Order: sequence, then C-alpha cells, then structure tokens
Amino acid sequence: MISLELQAIYVMWMRQLKRFVRVRSRLIANLVQPFFFLAFLGLGLRPISLPGLVEGVSYLDFLAPGMVAMSIVFASMFAGVSIIWDRQFGFLKEILVAPVSRLSIVVGRTLGGATVSIIQGLIILAISALLGVRLSPAGLIPGIFFMILAAFFSVGLGIALASRMEDPHGFSLIMNLIMMPAIFLSTAFFPLESMAAWLRILAYANPLTYIVDGIRGCLIGRFSISPLADLAVLLSLCTITMAAGAYLFSRSEV
Amino acid sequence: MAIIEARGLTKVYDGLTAVDHIDLEVEEGEIFGFLGPNGAGKTTTIKMLTTLLRPSEGWARICGYDVVRQPDLVRRSIGVVFQEPALDDQLTGRENLDFHARLYGLSRREREERIEEVLRLVGLRDRADELVKSYSGGMRRRLELARGFVHRPKVLFLDEPTLGLDVQTRRAIWNYIMELNRREGITIFLTTHYLEEADKLSDRVAIIDRGKILAVDSPRNLKDRIGSDVISLTCSEPSRLGRILESASWVRGVKHHGGGLSIYVEIGEEKIPEIIRMAEENGIRISSITLREPSLEDVYLSFTGRSIREEAKPAMRHPRPRGWR
Ligand SMILES: Nc1ncnc2c1ncn2[C@@H]1O[C@H](COP(=O)(O)OP(=O)(O)OP(=O)(O)O)[C@@H](O)[C@H]1O
Ligand SMILES: [Mg+2]
Repeated sequence: MISLELQAIYVMWMRQLKRFVRVRSRLIANLVQPFFFLAFLGLGLRPISLPGLVEGVSYLDFLAPGMVAMSIVFASMFAGVSIIWDRQFGFLKEILVAPVSRLSIVVGRTLGGATVSIIQGLIILAISALLGVRLSPAGLIPGIFFMILAAFFSVGLGIALASRMEDPHGFSLIMNLIMMPAIFLSTAFFPLESMAAWLRILAYANPLTYIVDGIRGCLIGRFSISPLADLAVLLSLCTITMAAGAYLFSRSEV
Repeated sequence: MAIIEARGLTKVYDGLTAVDHIDLEVEEGEIFGFLGPNGAGKTTTIKMLTTLLRPSEGWARICGYDVVRQPDLVRRSIGVVFQEPALDDQLTGRENLDFHARLYGLSRREREERIEEVLRLVGLRDRADELVKSYSGGMRRRLELARGFVHRPKVLFLDEPTLGLDVQTRRAIWNYIMELNRREGITIFLTTHYLEEADKLSDRVAIIDRGKILAVDSPRNLKDRIGSDVISLTCSEPSRLGRILESASWVRGVKHHGGGLSIYVEIGEEKIPEIIRMAEENGIRISSITLREPSLEDVYLSFTGRSIREEAKPAMRHPRPRGWR
C-alpha cells in the first residue's frame, strides 16, 4: 500500500528527471534569459550605484541571486503547468487510471519539478561565480533551502493553474502578462530601497519579493526585509499553493 | 457472477445524453465487443467503467467492485488502452512499461520478466530501448497494448484498438488480442466501429447507437436473427420494389442502402426467381442480384436502419472474409 504510493512518487519524479535530461533545448531556453541578464545588465551596470546597494556589493552581485530566483520560479512553474501537455497528449489518463492516489502524483511531480529547477538555479549560480560574483559560502546551505521553498511554491502554483486551464496558450499569456512584471517588481532587478513608494507597496504584496530577498540574503549576506519574515511568508505561501495544487488536481477530470 | 456488470448506466453531458441507461453483463474470459458508429457513446462508457468519469445515473461493477465507491479496487483489476495515444514519447518503450508496472506494484523481478514477455508478445523487443518518439503509429499501438496487460489485469479495456492502422498491423493486433485472451484468460472489453473487428474477435457483441444498446448476442446469433440469407439487388425503382416485397409473408426484412435493397429471407436460392417474377410483374427492371450470408453489417443495418459510417480511408477498405473466427 505505502510502497505503491512511494513507487508513484518515484515514477513521477524520475519521469521529470528523464525528460529534463532528454529535452536539452528546454534547458538551454531556460538558461539563456537569466544568463543574458547577468552578462549584459550585470556586467554592463557593474559600476552603477543605486540607493540600497551597500558598500562592497556591485550591481552584478546584487543581480545574480535575483536571476537564480527567476530561473527557479520559471522552471518550477513550467514543470507544474506541464500537466496541461500531459492532458493534451493523453498521458494524464494513464496516470489517473492507475491505482495510486492523486496526492502521490502531485507530490512526485512537485519533487521532480523542484529537483529539475534547482539544478537550473545552481547552474545560474555557478555561472555567476564564474562571472565574479562574491558569494558567501556560509549562506549556501540556507540559500538552497530558500530555493527549495521557491520551487515548491512555484510548482504548486503551476499545478493549480494547470488544473483549471484547458489549453497551453493560456500559460504563455500568464507567463508574459503576470510573471514577467512580477519578477521586475520583486527586487530581482532593483533594490527595494530604490523603488518609488507605490512600487514598494506592490513589491511587498508580491510573493516573489520574499523569494528573491530570502535567496539573496543568504547568498550575498544582504537582506532587504529579514530572514525570518521571508521564511514565514514563504512557508505560508508554499502551503497555500501546494494545497491548492493538490486539491484542484484531485478534482480535475480528463 | 458477471465480471463486468452495469445497470441503467447513464452519462449526460450538459443536456446531451451520451450514454442512455445501458445494462451490461460480461462473463469472465469473454471477449466482448462494443460496436457502434462515431459518437455512439463507446468511449464515454469505457471512461465510466474505468473510473475516469462519474456516471450521471445507474451503477457499474468490475470484479464485484463499484466504480464510484471503490475506484481503487477497480483500478487494480483493470488495464486500459485508450482511444487516443497515452504514451510519454520522451521515454523509451521499456521505460513506459517499467513506469506502468511500478504504478501497479510489480516487484523488480516481476517487472523484468513480465516486460520481456509482453515485449516479445507484441514484437517490440528489438526496439524497446528507443524513444517512443521514433515509433510508428502501429508500434505505439502495440506498445500501449503491451502496457495494458503488463500488470496482468483481470479485465482489459480496449477503446478502438486498431483505429487508423493499416490492414496488416490491424490483423497482427487482432492476433495479440486473441492470444492474450486464450493464454492469460483475460476478459476483454473492446469497442470498435469496424464490423469485421467485432465479428472476428468477439464472443458476444453489443450494438450501441446514440447511447442505447440495441442488441447483445454472439455474432452468429445476431446474424441468424435477421434470417439465414441476404439477397442484395439493384433495380430501377428500389423504394417501390421494397414496399412490394415487404408485404410478402416470407420476407423477414428489407433495408435500403445506396441505390439497392437488402432482403432478409430463409433459403435464398429459392426466393430469387420469386423476387425476379414480382419485379417483372410490376414493370421494375433488376440490374443485378446476389445471394450471400448475412454479415454483421446487415445486422447493424437492420437494427439501426443505417449503414455504419466506416472511415473513409481507402487503405482501410478491404474485403470482408466469410465466416466467424
Ligand atoms: N467531454 C464531453 N463533453 C461534452 N460532450 C461530450 C464529451 N465527450 C463526448 N461527448 C459527446 O458524447 C457523445 C458520445 O461520445 P463518445 O466519445 O462516447 O462516442 P464514441 O462512441 O466513442 O465515438 P467515436 O467512435 O468517435 O470514438 C458524442 O455526441 C460526443 O460529442
Ligand atoms: Mg470513442
């Protein structure tokens, strides 16, 4: 009984990993955008001084954790939303007719999506280090912990969306109309301190702000909010999106 | 006890009754054919029987388990091959089978043995480690079939297993299905709109049209029901000749198709001269006349009043062999 559910989690996890390794074009597409931002914005604006950038932190140092967060959020959302493609290409029926609970399917998919997106985040992190970003070694482990929360939050969001959406075009609309502005408003690109007051309100209302701040705080030792506040907000948001994802998926029909 | 049992099973899609109070009883070890045209409600029935859709009314049991109240026990007992492909084409054939076998709780040893066995049965052993992406339509279908029974289900549901395949592949798949039924004793519930398929494979056939079951019996008995012989003819005024013939006591039924008539009778060879005489008396000219045994197509025609809409793909038209099994 339990071993069957564990098998289901394993299968869903392994499947995402295999697809990740096999579909290279996807990986490259996911890495190109953060890489260009790092290379052109980060290196180009390296000497810039913005309010909120403390002594000894270059714009590149500031931007790199934001790009790690961005790649994780986007890759995880994509992993969650890819249920739509499974529905369209029929594979979802094969999963739903198997004698395993839908919760295990969601858990396996979440773990698979998180694994894959954290690998991408770590690749961006390694690229950043090569570009000369000064990272705090002690912050790596807590940083990865924040990355995991970011991944769970985003996969949950993706699964919830996918369970309510019929066609894949809706997803690219959401990515372009909601996620891109959200990442710009999340302090991934500009420090909270440099934002106009009304933008700052939007940033505080934006879940991605806490993801970016948590990851950046750990990796380069500079929090705009506070580690505990980031953690508390993120844990609650994670719980909400994952529960919503599991609930909506369990009720979706083929 | 029947292994598949349904009473008053109904599915209404906002206003449209796709499946309309059907009753089913399928015995263990049977190959049961579900024959009907596009939109008859075959897939909807399969989805309800396999727990993917909730019936609007009525109930169904598989191996004694209720499909609504005990879906997990039902899922454990069945294998399903859906009408649309349901493979992951970024995985290899073997990986698709392995993941499936894991989802059904097979141990590592069982998985290895069983996967080899089913791959051999469907003739995919030498291509098993290629990505499904590179498979042809027929290979995909064979892989899905293999996946459907790799976990030794008690009942295997096949929704149009040979849809869109060429004649050769179709025959190969028929052989796998019969082999499976014989060797492993799996009960098979199969939908099709190919008359030949229903005729050749099924122990019993249910004819479904517009959500209703019109008849259930063995293909032999269904054919016997409409008479032992069919006389097909083309003539100058088919509707008038049809009306004249319908009034004759020895005619069991007349159906119009295309420009001609099918007349269901006993001892057809003696009736041909009689029909010709009646046509001549009424000034109707017969241009051709043939005598044949009834096919399932005639049965279908006689129950629905329509010819089944076979797919208009030329590659799939082929002469129907006589006899059954
Ligand atoms: N999800 C749905 N929503 C609304 N109507 C549906 C849905 N699925 C099927 N139908 C309708 O129900 C009827 C039966 O469909 P079904 O797919 O069961 O037929 P079928 O016998 O499998 O046909 P085919 O041979 O084309 O596969 C059709 O009229 C179809 O349009
Ligand atoms: Mg169908």
